[in-house]
Amino acid sequence: MKTIKRYIETFSVTGNEEELRELISKDMESYADSIKTDAMGNLICFKKGGDSSKKTMLAAHMDEIGFVVTFIENSGLLRVSNVGGIRPINSAYGEVVFKNGVKGVIVIEENTKPGDIAVKKMIVDIGAKTKKDAEKQVSVGDFLTLTQRVTKLKNKRFAAKAFDDRLGCAALVEASRLVKVPKYDTFFVFTVQEEVGLRGSKAAAGGILPDFSLACDVTPTYDSVGSDPGEVKLGGGAAIKIKDSSVICSKVIVDTLTRLAKEKNIKYQYEILNAGGTDTASMQLAGGGSYAGCVSIPTRYVHSPVELIDLKDYENAVALIAAFVEEGV
Amino acid sequence: MKLTPLFKKLCDAFGPSSLEDEVREIILNEITPRAASVKVDKIGNIIAFKKGKSARRKKLLFSSHMDEVGFMIRHIDDDGYAYFGTVGGINESVIPGKKVVIGENRIPGVISAKAIHLQTPDERGVSPSVEKLYIDIGAKSKADTLTRLCVGDMATFAPDFEYFGSDRVKSKAIDDRFGCYALCELIKKDLPYDAFFAFTVQEEEGCRGAAAVAFGEAPDEVVIVESTTAADIQGVPEHQRACVLGQGAVISFMDNSTLYPRSAIENIKTLCNENNIKWQLKTLVAGGNEARVYQTSQNPAVVAAVSAPVRYIHSPACVADISDLAEVEKLLLKLAESGLVS
Repeated sequence: MKTIKRYIETFSVTGNEEELRELISKDMESYADSIKTDAMGNLICFKKGGDSSKKTMLAAHMDEIGFVVTFIENSGLLRVSNVGGIRPINSAYGEVVFKNGVKGVIVIEENTKPGDIAVKKMIVDIGAKTKKDAEKQVSVGDFLTLTQRVTKLKNKRFAAKAFDDRLGCAALVEASRLVKVPKYDTFFVFTVQEEVGLRGSKAAAGGILPDFSLACDVTPTYDSVGSDPGEVKLGGGAAIKIKDSSVICSKVIVDTLTRLAKEKNIKYQYEILNAGGTDTASMQLAGGGSYAGCVSIPTRYVHSPVELIDLKDYENAVALIAAFVEEGV
Repeated sequence: MKLTPLFKKLCDAFGPSSLEDEVREIILNEITPRAASVKVDKIGNIIAFKKGKSARRKKLLFSSHMDEVGFMIRHIDDDGYAYFGTVGGINESVIPGKKVVIGENRIPGVISAKAIHLQTPDERGVSPSVEKLYIDIGAKSKADTLTRLCVGDMATFAPDFEYFGSDRVKSKAIDDRFGCYALCELIKKDLPYDAFFAFTVQEEEGCRGAAAVAFGEAPDEVVIVESTTAADIQGVPEHQRACVLGQGAVISFMDNSTLYPRSAIENIKTLCNENNIKWQLKTLVAGGNEARVYQTSQNPAVVAAVSAPVRYIHSPACVADISDLAEVEKLLLKLAESGLVS
């Protein structure tokens, strides 16, 4: 949990992943044979495998959803636009923070009817008295996010913003520590700009051209009050993705993950997600294509400040990823 | 600042996505004598290399698209009317009653519009869907129409470039003939460093031409030169204006397709401030451009977008302010000197 917490506490809104990249880069230093950052900002950590005839690419995204300032009113209140898939109701009336540490609150315009609630009706108040006052600390084009905070709940369950996808980043880092020698040459890639359309992984996968690829991301659960019927449950184990709206996973990867989970007694469940995309898609389509899959971590209330996870699911995911890297397809 | 006759020539040229031939010819004639090498790739993009006084370590590319939004004929009915679909995004309410030119022979036509006398109360105040509209070329029968055009032919709004009001211009296709114009003018200048220029096809249909350039040229730094929506019009609150005519070159920090790297944005602002170039930020996250494909290509580039503010974009009457065009041109020259990343 310590690694996850450190990652969550680092500012990393889409397009602003520098600080987190530094942190992860340090964590991967002792393990990787080489580390580089590409022009988009993807962190690519290479580890030589026993068999260099094939390449494995792993991906977890460093960015999280947030907001960007688009306009400063004469009153000093800020207008914003969303960065990634924001549900206004999920973030309204919360505390926000800018990259430079400035704090504020995000609210909805007064007298907005419930049906009219939208990001364009959201206002950020940093306590400024005038436009000039606000401009001392923030500018149009500055990014902001909900305040970083992790709450410990019962049964090794935790709530926080941005488990999507700091959990995935932490899982790749921890999995790397469990793997002595990967089966194939392996690229641990920490991607940028996933939340705005899988942009970072597209560039990275195009550069690497992997034979096998595995993403690690969170997936919504279907076990809360009012959920649609569905398979994935909190505490149900690592979720082996079969499909989301961006990808149908390669059968050979689904089968391999299932076999490894059974052999190593790793608790697992299958995931069929009706909405949402993952870096899996860009890796599957890179170059001439790769065999691609995804290990997901079940998460309730995704894209809210209280994303909720069960740490045991995370541990199962780490074990499954490590097994995949070590034993391959 | 005066625009050269090239600007009108480019705006009036016919160039719906995939049929950019006329625009390409004009540009090739302009730049071939001044560039070190010029080639046209298989999809129709022009890629020009301009030799500067010195070589540059990073490969810098300027990119603008040649194509414009338009229409494609999809059906000719028994009366000889031509039904169409749109090529690129066009607001339905802009279409009825407009003049168009169709196909290789530039056949003139008008898009149908029901006169107010004939509209039922339900039809008033509602824009008809594109499927119901048709082009009338003055033909008397289907056979008559078929002598002049066929299914698959493309059309654009009719060319009628004009100087307009106080130092403003009005035309179809300022998006993005302005960019093409600015790049041609830049190529004609003596540049301190080597630079590459792409005049791309099929941007309005999903940046398809630029995808080929990104792969084939693998530039390190790309400056997109565009025309962007100015919403400084009646009924739009100040915070949603995006950009304003007469306020200078527009710099984007984010749109629907790209987050621009902060360091490049800051460099551009500094360049503008040091050289007295008027600039504004695009204060609305909307639209998108070719930066996306250059940034996410397998050789990802550092990208920036520099645009002219243009009102009523994707219509037959886009309006731009000549002073803004001049500011963009000044900025491009400075960018050719310094590159995007210092």
